[in-house]
Amino acid sequence: MTKPWHEIVVEVLKANEIRLIPYVPDNVLKPLINAIHADPFFTTFSTAREEEAIGIVCGGVMAGMRGMALMQTSGFMTLPNVLASLPCSFQIPALMMVSERGTLGEFNMGQAAVWRTMRPTLDGLAMPWHVISRLDECEFITDRTIKQALMTQSPACLLLSPLLTGGKASPVRTGH
Amino acid sequence: MAETNLHRMHRFDLTKRLVAKLQREEAVIGGIGHSNFDLWAAGHRPQNFYMLGSMGLAIPIALGVALAQPARRCFALEGDGSLLMQLGCLATVATLAPKNLTMLIMDNGSYQITGGQATPAAGGADFVAIARGCGLRSAVWATDEADFDAQIDRCLATDGPHLIGLKLDDQPPAAQTERDPPQLRDRFMRGMGVKKSKLPG
Repeated sequence: MTKPWHEIVVEVLKANEIRLIPYVPDNVLKPLINAIHADPFFTTFSTAREEEAIGIVCGGVMAGMRGMALMQTSGFMTLPNVLASLPCSFQIPALMMVSERGTLGEFNMGQAAVWRTMRPTLDGLAMPWHVISRLDECEFITDRTIKQALMTQSPACLLLSPLLTGGKASPVRTGH
Repeated sequence: MAETNLHRMHRFDLTKRLVAKLQREEAVIGGIGHSNFDLWAAGHRPQNFYMLGSMGLAIPIALGVALAQPARRCFALEGDGSLLMQLGCLATVATLAPKNLTMLIMDNGSYQITGGQATPAAGGADFVAIARGCGLRSAVWATDEADFDAQIDRCLATDGPHLIGLKLDDQPPAAQTERDPPQLRDRFMRGMGVKKSKLPG
């Protein structure tokens, strides 16, 4: 039986010794967050802002505890200044996993608007990033992105596409 | 304003007093601007990290260090304007309660590096009261230099998390930190015992 995406991610995180997982929660990330909380391998907790999570991961990495911050699209877009001035400038392999809101059936106009700013921002930061859209590619992309970030001392971002996760369905029926 | 924080002190003097008491390779995270300039001026230590940019993240960075190395005491030097940008981090610290973390709030009431403009806390926001309200029970104002020395001794001898509020005057920083982020990160990682290198430094 094929494993769900979040079980694959947990296995890859453990294989790469990624222990410190601060997050700002999201519905799509819920099974991953629950699995990480249930596993004593991880040090995981919620933070008030995504910026705070990036600071914590950077401090942890520099002191020997690798980490990844979890968030959704709108949270990522609060980050450009701290990413540019901390992990990008200091060359710290801070990892991020972002569940994509705002595309492939989004019902919230604000989420759709902020989604359009994410890829240009990632490119502008010159930070490696990859989209995971297929279950059969999830392990490879996650593992290789993490390994490259660690070996090249670079932050990196993984986007979880609704094609992989199913995304967040509209709470109301469309049409009349 | 609390009656215990009427005496204004010098940031560089207090930073030197702190550094003089660090005998066990404690980590010190200097926040953006003058907080880390005076840490640099107090004499570089391999366990110092000087934040350039990312305003408001001195305490989160120190929290990450504290979680990664529970046996090492960690200090965050954060300005009042910076803390206002990231007040939520005090709640996070209170919830996680790392025993090895101490936060020093450098409160001069202004954005000194940009020309001395008053912060939005000018109406009387009390950072120690805010910290207590977030659940940090060990949060106090240092009343004067002798009290600061005693508070640092307490933080070095007892379990935290601790927070000390410091009312400062407008004395300018004593020097300016070298602006080479990868070098600063490399030295700090060596100081934390995380990175080994045959390259001198």
